[in-house]
Amino acid sequence: MNLTTRSERLTGRIFLIALVVVTLLPFLSMLSAALQPRGTVPTGLAWPSDPQWGNFADAFTAANMGALLKSSALIVAGVVPVGVLIATMAGFGLGHLRVPGGHLAFGLLLLGLTLPFEAVVTPLYYQMRDLGLLNTRWAIILPLIGLYMPFAVFWMRAHFINVPRELSEAARVDGSNTWQLFWRVHVPLARPAVASLTILLFLWTWNQFLLAIVLVDDATKRTMAGALGAFQGQWGTDLVLLCAGSLLILTPTLIVFLIFQRQFIKALLQGSVKG
Amino acid sequence: MTSALGSAPAGSGTASRPGRGDTRAPVRPHRKKRWGRTVRWSGWLWVLPALIMYGVFVLRPLVLTMQYSLYDWNGIGAARWAGLDNYLTVFTDRDLLKIISNAFILIIFFSFIPVLLGLLVASLVRRITTGPAGTMVRTVLFLPQVIPLVAAGIAWSWVLSTNGLVNQALRAVGLDGVTRAWLGDFDTALPAVGVIGTWVMLGLCTILLITGMSKIDPSLYEAARIDGAGPVREFFAVTLPSLRQEIGICLTVTIIAALASFDIVYISTSGGPGIQTTVPGLEIYRLAFSQRQVGLASALAVVLMALVLVCVLPIQRLTRGEK
Repeated sequence: MNLTTRSERLTGRIFLIALVVVTLLPFLSMLSAALQPRGTVPTGLAWPSDPQWGNFADAFTAANMGALLKSSALIVAGVVPVGVLIATMAGFGLGHLRVPGGHLAFGLLLLGLTLPFEAVVTPLYYQMRDLGLLNTRWAIILPLIGLYMPFAVFWMRAHFINVPRELSEAARVDGSNTWQLFWRVHVPLARPAVASLTILLFLWTWNQFLLAIVLVDDATKRTMAGALGAFQGQWGTDLVLLCAGSLLILTPTLIVFLIFQRQFIKALLQGSVKG
Repeated sequence: MTSALGSAPAGSGTASRPGRGDTRAPVRPHRKKRWGRTVRWSGWLWVLPALIMYGVFVLRPLVLTMQYSLYDWNGIGAARWAGLDNYLTVFTDRDLLKIISNAFILIIFFSFIPVLLGLLVASLVRRITTGPAGTMVRTVLFLPQVIPLVAAGIAWSWVLSTNGLVNQALRAVGLDGVTRAWLGDFDTALPAVGVIGTWVMLGLCTILLITGMSKIDPSLYEAARIDGAGPVREFFAVTLPSLRQEIGICLTVTIIAALASFDIVYISTSGGPGIQTTVPGLEIYRLAFSQRQVGLASALAVVLMALVLVCVLPIQRLTRGEK
């Protein structure tokens, strides 16, 4: 390794560290504001002489955190298992069983891959109104499952298409039918793809904002992101409480991310590569 | 292969969750040709639940959006046929054109800057160690991807505000004259919103590009150095062509995020001051739900959808062509 490379690497390291610092600064700035005494005007980044950790308790009550967590959890529970299951089945059908005319169904799904949610949100509003589901969590759950299908099926199909067909033939010799074949042979093999998909759908659901604010008025029936939007609307002028509340609302995501960080990063990287 | 396959989950009441009970007994007497056909067709039952959800909650609304776009409708009363008038408005109204151009300006910040900076860092670093330091760097750089965009909007509204971190830093180096409410200033609001997008996208692009970098065969670089190539020529001769696919991915993801942006703008500026930072997504929301111009909102939605395709498809073709 010659000298040029070494100095380049050093420059690269410095850039990388700078990037890390810039990424963290907004969070630190929020933390420093959140710890100021209520009613004061905080400045950008200054460690308070007397940090007011109690602000977080105030924000917990003001944001109604308990209800928000429950609501987001319910929505995730409604979207992710069903979404992953039917996408895996469809991926199996299109990628492994190779149903006749499957490429038509797949093409139809691909249409939705780059679809901005804004393009369908207005009719969805009227559709949900006619179904009597406005202001219920179903108004977020049902459309999200549909909206995730293009990516989710694409993702699972990409897995199943690479599974050797001999595997199924061997299982069929043993006398298993397609249903058993799916659960006993293919689902266990698909576990990594399913795990990544689960993580991505969880994240996208938890962070969904547009559908939440359009279809549900009551902040305690929304996703975390939707609730955060309402919290900002309500406490936007009280910067100290706003920062404390925002950090609090972020905490569950951050904890889940830090625990599963390896899987998350893998899923996000693969997700954008295939998406 | 025996013939024990006549049994995809058929005939269950709700197509979405076929239970075990509905697997029919294998139909033994049927020989290859026959079962082959039934099995392949019954395979559609596996695809059906996903297609139904997609059809009801995506395709149906999509067709309705196109239908609405041809009408003059306030969302309550009777709709009046308007032909292509709404599209004419989208392409001639000065405000709407500005709103669309705002989205394109955001592409500079959401896409070009992160990709260029990411390329710079990636070509200097080449690879991140797999040790704890590398893990730490990756984790931090992915934080903006994990938190809701709403949170990024709130955090940056504070950082860019009058008393925020940016102005504090400027004052510290004696640039008091430059300080302002960045998101409220007529001239700086849109770039300020763009900077939030840069912050969100930069980490993802950098990591994607570094990952791509680490797959390049080091001997290519050795060969380039032996040929006397400097870092710049090396970049254009080796790095750039090898990272074609990764660059394509970064551009696709970030351009869609820029054109269809909503969350960040809604939270940080609500489109103001004036319409300086209004983007199509926000305008669709406002037209449909506050101004009650559902037809116009839908026409804008169709145009937005088309713009995304027009921008993304050529990138896909260019960068995936070889593979």
